[in-house]
Amino acid sequence: MIGLEIHCQLTKLESKLFCTCKADYRSFEPNTNICPVCMGMPGTLPRLNKKAVEKATMIAMALNCKTPERLGFFRKNYFYPDLPKNFQITQLTMYGPTSIGEQGKVSIEGKEIRIRRIQIEEDPGRLIYEGASERTAITLVDYNRAGTPLVEIVTEPDFDSPRQVRIFLNVLSDLLQNLGVSDPTLEGAMRADANVSIEGGNRVEVKNIGSFHDLEKAIHFELTRQQSLKERGIEIAQETRHWDDKRKITISSRSKEEDEDYRYILEGDIPWIIMDEKSVSSWRQKMPESISSKKDRYITKYGIPPQVADVLSSDKYYSDLFEQAHNEKNAKEIANFITTDLMGLVDTREKREQAKITPKHLMDLAEKISSGQVTRSSAKNALSEIVKTGKSVSDIISSIGLAKISDESEIDKIIDEVISQENTAVQQAKENPQTINYLVGKVMQKTKGKADPTITLNLFKKKIGL
Amino acid sequence: MSLAISAIDYINGIKNNTITAEEFVSKTLEHIKKHEPRLHAFISINESAVDQARQIDKKIKSGQKVGAFYGMPISVKDNICVKGGKTTCASKMLENYISPYDATVVTRLKDQDAIIIGKTNLDEFAMGVATEFSAFGPSKNPWNIDYVPGGSSGGSAVSVAALESVLSLGSDTGGSVRNPGSFCSIVGFKPTYGLISRYGLVSYANSIEQIGPMGRRVEDVALLLNNISGKDQHDPTTIHNEEQDYLSGIDTGISGKKIGIIKEMSSGAGLDSTVESVFKNAVSAFEKLGANVQEISLDMIQYTVATYYVLTTAEAGSNLSRYDNLRYGYDLDSEGYEFRQYISKARHKFGAEVTRRMILGGFVPSAGFAGKYLLKALKVKSKLKKQIQLAFSKFDFLISPTVPVLPFKFGEKRDDPLAMYLADINTVTANLTGIPAVSVPYEVRHGLPVGIQIHANILQEKKLLQVAYALQGTTKLPEVPL
Repeated sequence: MIGLEIHCQLTKLESKLFCTCKADYRSFEPNTNICPVCMGMPGTLPRLNKKAVEKATMIAMALNCKTPERLGFFRKNYFYPDLPKNFQITQLTMYGPTSIGEQGKVSIEGKEIRIRRIQIEEDPGRLIYEGASERTAITLVDYNRAGTPLVEIVTEPDFDSPRQVRIFLNVLSDLLQNLGVSDPTLEGAMRADANVSIEGGNRVEVKNIGSFHDLEKAIHFELTRQQSLKERGIEIAQETRHWDDKRKITISSRSKEEDEDYRYILEGDIPWIIMDEKSVSSWRQKMPESISSKKDRYITKYGIPPQVADVLSSDKYYSDLFEQAHNEKNAKEIANFITTDLMGLVDTREKREQAKITPKHLMDLAEKISSGQVTRSSAKNALSEIVKTGKSVSDIISSIGLAKISDESEIDKIIDEVISQENTAVQQAKENPQTINYLVGKVMQKTKGKADPTITLNLFKKKIGL
Repeated sequence: MSLAISAIDYINGIKNNTITAEEFVSKTLEHIKKHEPRLHAFISINESAVDQARQIDKKIKSGQKVGAFYGMPISVKDNICVKGGKTTCASKMLENYISPYDATVVTRLKDQDAIIIGKTNLDEFAMGVATEFSAFGPSKNPWNIDYVPGGSSGGSAVSVAALESVLSLGSDTGGSVRNPGSFCSIVGFKPTYGLISRYGLVSYANSIEQIGPMGRRVEDVALLLNNISGKDQHDPTTIHNEEQDYLSGIDTGISGKKIGIIKEMSSGAGLDSTVESVFKNAVSAFEKLGANVQEISLDMIQYTVATYYVLTTAEAGSNLSRYDNLRYGYDLDSEGYEFRQYISKARHKFGAEVTRRMILGGFVPSAGFAGKYLLKALKVKSKLKKQIQLAFSKFDFLISPTVPVLPFKFGEKRDDPLAMYLADINTVTANLTGIPAVSVPYEVRHGLPVGIQIHANILQEKKLLQVAYALQGTTKLPEVPL
């Protein structure tokens, strides 16, 4: 059995959870995105960022959780150098349901994964070690991250395999992105710990897992380790183990973290927040269309094939482009552009950030194709130029000569060239007309895709007497 | 020019050109320098106070808009942050800590042209009833320096009683403004929880404590309250008081009001006979003023001290855990220590009382014990609240002696925590229930002051100050022997 505790940063928020420092801490020099409040200086008080409540509620609703009548915050007391107050402000179930969401569920590949609880909490600062953490001579602390808004999602132990975990995390990552609350591709924006156990064994918590890829490996390692202990009749200890990403194994952490008593108390500086019907329903209305509803719409309204619709709807970057570029007529064409041609050009975060493409570009390209001004193959060439330069479609067509060649005499000359060079293929085409596509392809090659395919085909047929 | 004038008289003096801020502040500083070696009310003194007063005089002379305090010297307890100066909480752990920001109350005082004359002494982190637990030495009761001034806002009370400041801000977690008010014969006011912003007050037990104004006269306290109360964006627990004017109509009188004597606070073995006798005089005075006085029994009171110490230590354990000496504190080389070792080494600088409460605070909310202590205390708190609400459906005010005993000598209760904690029995109820309460100085018997405590319901500060003012009018207090 596998259960997850996933920490997601609400990277799309402007400010930290309890002060006005920036939530986006990544661009700052160490210890410059701080103030008396997030540093827990004597006398300071937390001021809850209302937007965090709104965004976290959206996550809870998207995961089909129950929304509580009132929200409470609690202090988790423990000493750690990355924690300025030596307690973390978080949520838990005490005095009834007071956490932002409880008892949710998500379905992946027909399997239901239950969500136990979702809570809002503050992220600690970051510790930076010199070399490996166990042998570090110097540990540096950067408090820029301290107090940034986190949502912790705790699942029930409903996963059967590491693969299921990976699929779930991908679904969750897409969901968070679609909600516009977080960018999970940012380093450290989404982190997960796993609770792993096998039948008849104790629960082992695996921490310190840097990436989803490693999470899958860590769970796999842990299952194998536990299975082998069981086979040898050795008891599986209930413990916390750390993932060693160099050696790709889990190591028992000697610290007695599982014995830690967090002495939870109510955070009296944050009054109970009444989750009134009005705010909650207004947040619900503000929620963007869900991925599955988008997918359904793409299929039923525009006749986009399910596989294409799946890719298009689950990636917010693509679906945003699609939503802004499409109309009733061009939808299929736009979907096609994005999922076949654009995808390869913007497959990393860096490329996306640098890409200069706008929805207008896609609209213009679709228009040029439908009006017969460029071929689809030329459009693809134009697309890479657009992504690089952001120039307008018409500029690119004229500057690199992508206008479609529809002039029969021009195409005629090229066909003659091809016939003189491809004797065998011509013979073959005469015997088996389907192979003429090869010859048409040669024409396209010579014209860099600019020749009108229909005209070319008809002319070619005429020439060789088909 | 006398320093023994009320805040109202000071303002009138400035307006009539009979005094200047500079004169008054200079004279106050001289007075402080003369008496501090004997009284030790202050931890630090504002050395630029005279310059600040001069600036305010200039504003007054040139006809510019001047704030409500006209350069009045006001002292502030040293657990309330004043930017750029030390805020020590009378602890070695913060001996050299300089706050990077002003508490909201300090901002409001400065905006109204008050002069923060100095930071006053207290029990370390406001834990105590005698100011004996200050890491920098105790404050002395100006009525008799062999006696404690009360606490934890002892320094504030001494500064006001001994004319070292016109007004002061203390903090009250379980009586820390009212207790020294009673022991030093001044007015100590604990407002409704949330009426005054706690932003910049160093937390001890944040769910029940409040900053409280202290002065020699009830009307002075009302004036101070007018200028510091109300909603603050930095403190989400503050409540909007609609810019209530606590000073206007303060002389309304209390004819026909119903006053309840809380039996559990005003009788029994723990009550000193002198205190009891002074209290009886006060009761007669209330009756003469036309109030209807009756006794009421509130049986939950017997559990309040235990409840108070469970709740406050649990919160203190959490609030004070940030003093790990890593980001600020005193000089202690970390070389050669593991992280946790270093913290426990550094925390040896906490005094005995703070250490005692932090150990308790680690225990009462811990797994396996929370149900027996912390959660039970929370239940008692909620029952007590209900009982008090019921009492206020019958009475306008509830009264008692502020402290059941007279000021005691140094060292008398220091080593007997239980006896010391019982001195809080009459004051903790207001904190546990969030209601306002005031200690009004009533008599000085055999050289020792006795104060009367009056409670009102949530946000009934205006009425509470009216009854306190009425009571003040029925007594004439002697001058403090300086």
